[in-house]
Amino acid sequence: MARIVVDPVTRIEGHLRIEAQVDGGAVTDAWSSGTMFRGIELILRGRDPREAWIWTQRICGVCTTVHALTSVRAVEDALGIEVPDNARIIRNIIAATQYVQDHVIHFYHLHALDWVDVTLALKADPAKTSQLAESISSWPKSSRAYFKAIQDRVKTLVESKQLSLFASGYWGHPAYHLPPEANLLAVAHYIEALEFQRQFIRIHAVLGGKNPHLQTYLVGGMSTAMDPDEPHAPINPERITFLAEIAKTAQEFVEQVYIPDVLAVAGFYRDWFGRGEGLGNFLSYGEYPMGGIHDPSRFFLPRGAIFNRDLSQVHAVDPAQVTEYVTHSWYQYSDGDAAGKHPYDGETQPKYSGPTPPFEHLNVDEKYSWLKAPRFQDTPMEVGPLARMLVAYASGHAEVKALVNGVLAKLNAPATALFSTLGRIAARAIETQLMAQQVPKWIGELDSNMDHGELRIHNGEKWDPATWPRSAQGWGFHEAPRGSLGHWVQIEDRAIKNYQCVVPTTWNAGPRDAKGQRGAYEASLLKTPIADPERPVEILRTIHSFDPCLACAVHVTDARVRRFAKVQVE
Amino acid sequence: MNDSKGLAFLPHLPSTTYRILGQITLTGDQSHRLAFPWVGYMTTIGDTRYHQKPRIRPPSEVAMLPEGETLSRALKSHGVSRRRFMEFCGAMVATLALPSRYVAQVAEALGKARKPVLVWLQFQDCAGNSESILRSGHPTVLEVVVDLLSWEYHEIIMAGAGKQAVAALQRVVKEEKGKYLAVVEGAIPLADGGVYCTIAGRTALDLAREVCTNAAASIAVGACAWDGGLVAAHPNPTGAVGLHEAVPGITLINMPGCPQNPVNTVAVLVHYLTFGALPETDHYHRPLFAYGRLIHDQCERRAHYDAGRYVQEWGDDGHRKGWCLYKMGCKGPQGTFNCPNARWNDQTSWPVKAGHGCLACASHRFWDTKSPFYERLPQVPGFGVDVSAGEIGLVLTGAVAGATIVHGVASAIRDRARGEATAVQPTPGPPPSPAAGGAGVPPASSAPGSGDARKS
Repeated sequence: MARIVVDPVTRIEGHLRIEAQVDGGAVTDAWSSGTMFRGIELILRGRDPREAWIWTQRICGVCTTVHALTSVRAVEDALGIEVPDNARIIRNIIAATQYVQDHVIHFYHLHALDWVDVTLALKADPAKTSQLAESISSWPKSSRAYFKAIQDRVKTLVESKQLSLFASGYWGHPAYHLPPEANLLAVAHYIEALEFQRQFIRIHAVLGGKNPHLQTYLVGGMSTAMDPDEPHAPINPERITFLAEIAKTAQEFVEQVYIPDVLAVAGFYRDWFGRGEGLGNFLSYGEYPMGGIHDPSRFFLPRGAIFNRDLSQVHAVDPAQVTEYVTHSWYQYSDGDAAGKHPYDGETQPKYSGPTPPFEHLNVDEKYSWLKAPRFQDTPMEVGPLARMLVAYASGHAEVKALVNGVLAKLNAPATALFSTLGRIAARAIETQLMAQQVPKWIGELDSNMDHGELRIHNGEKWDPATWPRSAQGWGFHEAPRGSLGHWVQIEDRAIKNYQCVVPTTWNAGPRDAKGQRGAYEASLLKTPIADPERPVEILRTIHSFDPCLACAVHVTDARVRRFAKVQVE
Repeated sequence: MNDSKGLAFLPHLPSTTYRILGQITLTGDQSHRLAFPWVGYMTTIGDTRYHQKPRIRPPSEVAMLPEGETLSRALKSHGVSRRRFMEFCGAMVATLALPSRYVAQVAEALGKARKPVLVWLQFQDCAGNSESILRSGHPTVLEVVVDLLSWEYHEIIMAGAGKQAVAALQRVVKEEKGKYLAVVEGAIPLADGGVYCTIAGRTALDLAREVCTNAAASIAVGACAWDGGLVAAHPNPTGAVGLHEAVPGITLINMPGCPQNPVNTVAVLVHYLTFGALPETDHYHRPLFAYGRLIHDQCERRAHYDAGRYVQEWGDDGHRKGWCLYKMGCKGPQGTFNCPNARWNDQTSWPVKAGHGCLACASHRFWDTKSPFYERLPQVPGFGVDVSAGEIGLVLTGAVAGATIVHGVASAIRDRARGEATAVQPTPGPPPSPAAGGAGVPPASSAPGSGDARKS
């Protein structure tokens, strides 16, 4: 009987700590703790709602843009603003680009080293690696000489004894099963993916000015003015061509590198189709409006919930049924910690009651995390690519069904295999392919609008705060790469009165609630076999399969209200 | 002791060189930027900008000299020719805007160096600065992380986790004591005993103290590590501060911005590798090359401002034509940064080009002092609260010299080459070490704060 602590959990965004009880070579219980808190929602109070997106975007620099989009949607919902069609399309392109970017980085740079032993690449035969590469893909970088050069590079690094970021890996761990050639192939693509992410994200630079932290959102639309005849317009035919070229290249990389790699790696780790299952409850707010934001039936990815792995029924989602518990979180509610609260009613106060640092263990029987515990219909839910793909699959989304069935057929796995660690990885890859196909279509729509003289990018009717009601409240949502994200904003006297975010990783990484129901991470780790408690790579595999983002997940509201002194000009 | 190998991506360097030069030529659109002839540029720099020889330390003094292998020998064994290596060094010199005659000296310095160790700490952060460095193009992140440096701790991307990660950091602190670089991202909470950020059970403050006081130098990346950033914005619920306030007395350089631009941070690293010291800074410990000039003065829309052509409403005719965003709340007149020239994501764009006002995100406490972000600035032209006398002096110097817009890196090294002639040093600090001639001091042997690195 041993308590394993993994802190810091690396190759994630933010500060996550996992404590796990291991008995008989397997995890018997687990606790997930967020160990950093900033209080951004509190900082937002009293500020101009039109700039809330600038602030909330800084919740996370990895899933940059996602809080910006959600925030402008929340304020637009509160004030009853409809954005022009071009703004809808640009937002869709930015969001889909973020999916592809995040998912590719996640697989290669945050997750792959749980499955790939870099040092084993030294034993590979470059010629056989070339054969392997050509057997799974038509990607041109597949020659023997290419893999030999990559191998030499690894050799140089290992022999230098200055292994940099790779120095501390679990190399040689018995849980690594890839043959040397597959390791070498993966290392090559790890490097190629670094180049990919740098080039691909230039879509964000064009449409957002920069990445991370795009700077072109506006309440009411976007600031990327369009004009087919103006060389200095942020969007013009030259920029459209530039975007289209990048999008096409990205699609090729996803289809010829990422997807084949996922299938190849999964083929060697089939036992992970039966591990890391977790809650079996899935939530998606739906995403990518094809028309109005208030018409979820026309979203590209559908809204819905699935309970108990039952794919025969997709339940309706009402955001009024979201609550957050603080029973095991370092906050307190004024009327006791036993009941959950809807985000509009949030009145939380931080109250740390954990051990005094430095400490060895958390007191997991009491409060043990800076994350709250969100629930839907009082039930813990998993969110993210797997949830989205399952909801789409169960809703009969034709493209998703075709892609999912294709992958399952190639892996010779039943649909129930998706409820697993590998299922999350496969769903993320499928989603990437889906969205990489979609980006060029939306770029084409934007181009078509411009051709037809439709140049509006902003609805300025309610830009002037004098046009606002004295008080208003709204909900903004987004299916971020890591899952369902909601912002709830209350506006009073032209300033933010209350702001609350319920974030994907809070859903997945949150602690137990008042009933003792585990969060998704905690549930997914149960029964995970641990070969070596000193090097628990198996824990990382399942936790990483969720793509944790802790900076997003930790937040707080506060009852104190602040008025920001406005500078009156003219 | 250890072999140094790397720079294996050198075969890519011809195009890299080309693009670096594109980045430091600063007129108009990308097409122009890429067409600039580099030899001419270098000659111009060499003839008109340099009044004094940059103080490159003799190779024998370069920090962390190896006993055995060197980069150049490693390259040779790697099949990288001397010519390729010299091209790489040429690219570095171009980034730093040194006269081309220093290529040989840079080559000599790099050729002798064993890879210095770097650790990157993340505290109350969003990881935006980590993501930003991932986008570094010239050199690429892999060249920086694996070839030029040994990047041994960085939670967001390192292989090891938990105990193994902690051990990696401890090894550096103990075995590389006084020799490694520490990068800090995110604010450090001081309230309530630091419970608002712990890693492996230790507070951010505890870790920052141990890691940064034992480092040769520390680099605070992003707004939060500089002055607490957004985390310290009113009412600062966690008592967050920047690194210089949390751990006073260390050798430090601040790279603010939300996030930092990798072009600048990588330039600082290359500068350190080449000279063994941090570049010239202002009284906020920000390198002058990146933070020495007003955004307004470098802005591509400046002519519209001067002519009174303003965007009046989002999406109006002026907005589509790229007119000035001042009336939409742009804070460019109050902020210093090289954003308009360095741009972002391989020089693709920057916020004003994309149609939105500047936030002055490299300014001191910009979250509170520059917001509300859509309010028009009350007085322009003028200098913002964070513009120091030194910065104003630089702007004037630039004007007198009749300089067209130059890349920030160029101006940084130009100042260095001038022997700090234009760099006002408002804060008292220890005088430059006589032994080092006030220039590059080997981090391995210098006391913190000597030489060019300012003490906080």
